[in-house]
Order: sequence, then structure tokens, then C-alpha cells
Amino acid sequence: MAKKMRVKAKLKAGITTVKVLINHPMETGQRKDKKTGKLIPANFIQEVTCTLGDKTIMTARWGSGVSKNPYLAFRFKGANVGDKCTLAWKSNIGESDSIEVAIK
Amino acid sequence: MQRRAFVQKALSASALTALASILPASVFAAWSETAFEAKDVDSAIKAILGSNDISDSADIDIKAPEIAENGAVVPVQVTANLEKVESITVIADKNPSPLIGSFEFDENLEPYVSTRIKMGKTGNVVAIVKADGKLYRAVKQVKVTVGGCGG
Repeated sequence: MAKKMRVKAKLKAGITTVKVLINHPMETGQRKDKKTGKLIPANFIQEVTCTLGDKTIMTARWGSGVSKNPYLAFRFKGANVGDKCTLAWKSNIGESDSIEVAIK
Repeated sequence: MQRRAFVQKALSASALTALASILPASVFAAWSETAFEAKDVDSAIKAILGSNDISDSADIDIKAPEIAENGAVVPVQVTANLEKVESITVIADKNPSPLIGSFEFDENLEPYVSTRIKMGKTGNVVAIVKADGKLYRAVKQVKVTVGGCGG
């Protein structure tokens, strides 16, 4: 499974909009494999954070009710073009990933 | 004497790192199993936000489709016209585990969040906004044609 995260951060009129798209199956643990009839183990992202400088400005805590290949967008003030923000996630089975993007 | 000083320094340094590793956890509460595994809306809210004292608010706008053809992907956007928003919590009241997610903000964040959620069947999307220590709620019904929690 390709683990990929795409992030765009764009500044317009003083407000930065961050759009995040993560490749992730977001398995609830309640779905059955159609071939084997067995439950597919839960595997979902529990936490997504956005860090600007050394400050965590947004923490999202998710259950398995967020759609597969999650999309998330949020907005903040007080950043400049070229500032770097880091998006990171971790899942219930201990997987994680992070990416740093410069605000455009 | 020199050795003692060294030991003391080493001790205080390790105490500091220990403190630093504890701090972030106290600032942001950990992922709450009780909240996400709760089977009803009230106990989920109580577990994640610590209170069920919520007032309905017209200042929260939920954008979601009236009819969702595919319950596996329901776009939801929440905007609050409130001051000092600390968090936005999204709930789908008819899901087996109603709590979808909670978004905690620092003071520079705009009171806005957009995401995509799963809905098992027709029900309400509930947005709870914590602003200045108080809880506010808005509700929007979404009709689901094909559920998103099964196969």
C-alpha cells in the first residue's frame, strides 16, 4: 500500500488554508473480507497534527468514522509565505508519517 | 566533588527531558478510547468534551449534502461565527460509534474545518463547538441512500 500524504498550504488575504489528503484505508474493524468472511482488523488514523515552527496549532483526533483516504482542510492566521508547516499523522496500529510544506 | 557535580548535572538534565516529554501530553489530552468507542452520542460527548451542557447555536454552519448517495464519503464542512473557538467536534448520531472526530485549535486558527465522513444510515450530523470554555451545538440531517459502514 502506498503511504502518501499530499498537503497544500496557501496564503490569501492573511489567511492560510491547508488542505491535506492522506492515502489510508481507514478500516473500522467492523467490515468483513468478502472472500474469507473474516473481519478486517481496524486500521485507522487516530491523530493528525499541524505544527508551525515549534508550535502545534491544530490537533485532529479521529475515530474510524472518517472516510477512507481522509481529506482535511483548515485555516489559520499569522503565517507568512515561505513559513514551513509540518503535517503528521499516526494510526491505531502505530504507523505514522509526516511531511513538511512551505506556505505558498 | 567533580564527580558529584557531574552526577547532579546528569540527573537534572534527565529530569528536564522527562518533564519535556510529559508536557505536550498535558497540553493536549490523549486519544480517548472511551469517547471513540462510545455507542451513544451523549456519552461520546461527555468523554471527549467533559460535559453535556450544550446550547444550540445559530452561529454554527454545517455544510453537508441533504442527500448523500454514498454514505462512505459524506463531505462535511463546519464554520462557526464564535469567538475563541477551542475545538470543533463532529458526530454522526446514527453511526455505531457516533464520534467521528475532534479538531483542537490554537488561537490562530479560523473556526472552520472541512473533512469527509462515513455515515451508516440517514441521521444527523452534529457539530459541537467549544468556544471560550462553553459548548455550542448545531445539527443537520443527511439522508443516506447507501450506507458507508458495511461492505
